[in-house]
Amino acid sequence: MSTELHHLGVAELARRLQAKTLSSVEITKHLLARVAAHEQLGAFVCTDEAVAMAQAQAADARRARGETGPLLGVPLAHKDIFVTVDFPSTAASKMLEGYRSPFDATVVARLKQAGAVTLGKLNCDEFAMGGSNEHSAFGPARNPWNPQRIAGGSSGGSAVAVAARLIPAATGTDTGGSVRQPAALTGITGIKPTYGRCSRYGMIAFASSLDQAGVLARSAEDCALLLGAMSGFDERDATSAQQPVEDYAAALRAVREGATAAQPLKGLRIGMPREFFGEGVAAGVLAAVRAALAEFEKLGATLVEVSLPRTELSIPVYYIIAPAEASSNLSRYDGVRYGHRAKHYADLLDMYKKSRSEGFGAEVKRRIMIGTYVLSHGYYDAYYLQAQKLRRMIAEDFQAAFAHCDLIAGPVSPTVARALGSQTDPLQEYLADIFTLPASLAGLPGMSVPAGFGEEGLPVGLQLIGNYWKESQLLHAAHAFQQATDFHLRAPEGC
Amino acid sequence: MTHTASELVRGYEVVIGLETHVQLSTQSKIFSGASTAFGAAPNTQACAVDLALPGTLPVLNRAAVERAIRFGLAVQGTVAPRSIFARKNYFYPDLPKGYQISQYEIPVVQGGQIEFYVGEVKHRVRLTRAHLEEDAGKSLHEDYHGHTGIDLNRAGTPLLEIVSEPDMRSSAQAVGYAKALHALVVWLGICDGNMQEGSFRCDANVSVRKPGQPLGTRREIKNLNSFRFLQQAIDYEVHWQIDQLEDGLPIEQATVLFNPDTGQTRAMRSKEDAHDYRYFPDPDLPPLVIAPEWVEQVKADMPELPSVMAERFQREDGLPAYDATMMTQSLALARYYEAARDACQQPKLVANWLMGELSRRLNAEGKDIAQAPVPPATLAALILRIQDGTVSNNGAKQVFEALWSGEGSDVDALIEAKGLKQMNDTGALEAIVQEVLAAHPKSVEEFRAGKEKAFNALVGQVMKATKGKANPAQVNELLRQKLGA
Amino acid sequence: MALTLQDVGRIAHLARLALSEDEQAQMLEQLNGFFAIVERMRAVDTTGVEPLYTPLSAVQDVVLRLREDVVTETDQREAHQRSAPAVEDGLYLVPKVIE
Repeated sequence: MSTELHHLGVAELARRLQAKTLSSVEITKHLLARVAAHEQLGAFVCTDEAVAMAQAQAADARRARGETGPLLGVPLAHKDIFVTVDFPSTAASKMLEGYRSPFDATVVARLKQAGAVTLGKLNCDEFAMGGSNEHSAFGPARNPWNPQRIAGGSSGGSAVAVAARLIPAATGTDTGGSVRQPAALTGITGIKPTYGRCSRYGMIAFASSLDQAGVLARSAEDCALLLGAMSGFDERDATSAQQPVEDYAAALRAVREGATAAQPLKGLRIGMPREFFGEGVAAGVLAAVRAALAEFEKLGATLVEVSLPRTELSIPVYYIIAPAEASSNLSRYDGVRYGHRAKHYADLLDMYKKSRSEGFGAEVKRRIMIGTYVLSHGYYDAYYLQAQKLRRMIAEDFQAAFAHCDLIAGPVSPTVARALGSQTDPLQEYLADIFTLPASLAGLPGMSVPAGFGEEGLPVGLQLIGNYWKESQLLHAAHAFQQATDFHLRAPEGC
Repeated sequence: MTHTASELVRGYEVVIGLETHVQLSTQSKIFSGASTAFGAAPNTQACAVDLALPGTLPVLNRAAVERAIRFGLAVQGTVAPRSIFARKNYFYPDLPKGYQISQYEIPVVQGGQIEFYVGEVKHRVRLTRAHLEEDAGKSLHEDYHGHTGIDLNRAGTPLLEIVSEPDMRSSAQAVGYAKALHALVVWLGICDGNMQEGSFRCDANVSVRKPGQPLGTRREIKNLNSFRFLQQAIDYEVHWQIDQLEDGLPIEQATVLFNPDTGQTRAMRSKEDAHDYRYFPDPDLPPLVIAPEWVEQVKADMPELPSVMAERFQREDGLPAYDATMMTQSLALARYYEAARDACQQPKLVANWLMGELSRRLNAEGKDIAQAPVPPATLAALILRIQDGTVSNNGAKQVFEALWSGEGSDVDALIEAKGLKQMNDTGALEAIVQEVLAAHPKSVEEFRAGKEKAFNALVGQVMKATKGKANPAQVNELLRQKLGA
Repeated sequence: MALTLQDVGRIAHLARLALSEDEQAQMLEQLNGFFAIVERMRAVDTTGVEPLYTPLSAVQDVVLRLREDVVTETDQREAHQRSAPAVEDGLYLVPKVIE
């Protein structure tokens, strides 16, 4: 029985903890053992058994006192982009090796408040910059479907830990696809809500106008449970929205008008952007996505063709805006108040340059260089300003499309997980983000839902994009799909 | 703006613009909940946000915006309904984030003007803008074995940077402008005005040119925190620039520091790439929107402005424009003037005393009007005694000295004690006049022969005989009577 | 408009990064590769389009929320300086700053 424990999702764990047929201490022990046994996957950058067990005992005590709640006693872990008091916070960078934050990120604090148990911090691309988790100072996270393959990124550790059944759910962050893409490549469910839905306070900043916290779990239902606890207004983040938080768990079970048991999605219009289905998408991926959409049709949804004409432009637009903001956000890492300081230096300037060059990895330096250049004297209008104008046009393209549909669907990634170390040209890596960048630039909520398998039997993710604040609609559709399919229940061999 | 040939220096016209950093008197910092109190132990008032710890974010302090609005209204500038915070990127140890949150393309206050007097000449300096920004920390250069110590308590203190047009043509005008601006922000209650603690700091952009020529290359003198330094620094810089030009050397745009000990300016060695700040709108801070209702509310809560009060003093008290402006140099002075005026109903005389004796003594002792040992009611009492002829102007000055030095506090008692009471007893005076006439027949004849001088001599004799206590006007009158003139 | 090694050096200095000659050469190649695809973006006519600095302003007016002027933070110097590379008398130490 206990061998099965790790296959349980958040919702089922909640039921058993509530029924007291399982204690938080039991499940926490069990999962800590699995984490240790699967170290080679590189999912975690740090764990702390003492901290986790103490939290588990506290959760059991709270329940004994009569407290309840879907996350009370449920073990999970945080992407190492969220700062935490109980664990080091490094952003997977040598720059912040051993750094201890004096405060918890708002998202972390809210999950703690809900009684969730934290097993540790999860691997990711350094400062969340990358789509493969190869750009981590701690080494890559490996795809449990094939350890020679990338996990995707930047929330690669989160995806691997959940896909390998080390934890039922994890937090992640999504700036240009960092939740959706690794979820897709590892066959799990991920959601990135509307920009402003979750507080960014305590999220180590990459690109402030794009960064959003998200959830990686195995089902839409589990995503709903975590997202509900993480979301909501925070006075410490001036970009956090005052929009009330819906009851996402309840929304899953909401019945659409005119829906039937056989057709729970009756009347739902799903837009297929023709730009998402062109050449450049691997045949296996395309086939899986089309099959999944056919399933949605069976469930009563109607498919309509829409257009997002500036999809390709979203690559240069994103890779101007994100690095520009990053170059400024990462200026605070100067070796003065915290973080890495070079051992030897001649003077202040030398200390800055050595500390930063030693502390940052190649991809981070590359983006700092791009960002510094596009903001530098004489180039601002041509690059940054132009990109922000195109960003509005891209956002308006979505509104035009939503005039004809309720959700937009397509592939998350043009290919399945590639081999580790197979990509040395950063530009090619940027191009692979083409389908996740548009929603990020517009600040729209997006999901990745397991949609079957493509080339070499590796997972394929279906991307669902909703209009602003339509997380409930996304989760409802994904949940209906998962009631009718079992892709989300498939586990990698040996897990 | 008004300038005359007399202000040329060695044949060059001086062009000065000022950028003033005014620390706004808020309880907490502009983007965090840390205290702004001065003088705390190093880094005890630098919170996670001020230190730019990973994951921290800024949230704007309403009171800082409210003070900016107050200033905008006071200088008749435009309060921008929508302004943008931008990041000014540069590396410096006292700048924790590696960028300063400031305003660039769209500042909160646009335009406006400051009026002031230099001597009796009125000047008007146009303001370009005033924008909100955060202060940096402090670098303590006293040696920590070859290192510099960084205290970030000041980091995040709200600043209003007030930028003037290059409208000043002399260091005196620059000081006049700075003093008027200082008085205004203190008057408005948006700044404590404490220059020793750095609450009011000026950067001066200085250039010189031959009259009629285009503007010369400017050099910016940083961080002048006293009016005297401002004057000294500009004067030195002006001569340095003229020397350069006279020697046929170019002037390169530069940021310079003033050394109070040597009285000289020198170019800074750091910030060599300061010209590329890579400004861009701060993605952590959406646009600052100020609704008209808010502006109206602030306007309603504002104290009467010095300019408005000065007009009132002209209109209701009949003061000349210059006097009225002088009476509104500070709120304390204006309150003193009004109190004394109400007590004696002699506005012009009160103004004269405040601009004369009183300010002479205050300046001499480097005191503020609030510290004047002579309260308004007492000055008013003295003025009344001049009015009713009890004491002469000269006598009154002696009484004032006594009041100031604490010799006494009752005007009449002092007049008595010092025997300064003027003789108003006509009978006694008549007798003395008779004696004088009898004793100086020569003068009488000369007068009758038409020599006015002789008359003055006789007046002098009478005054002498009365030991100065006679009322001169009365003496004149009596003499002319007796001489049948 | 391709970058030169000189540009790379200037940008690296602005960003306070020390790049070896090899790194610079590689960086130059990668940046120019990237800016090649950026050219397509520059060609688009965006006259009259407002930049979208914060995503939600695409559909609603986003305005800055203000906090009340209240001191909420207490002295945390000890906790904050635990991760500091060099501290003395509560001050952060850096190599001598030359003004």
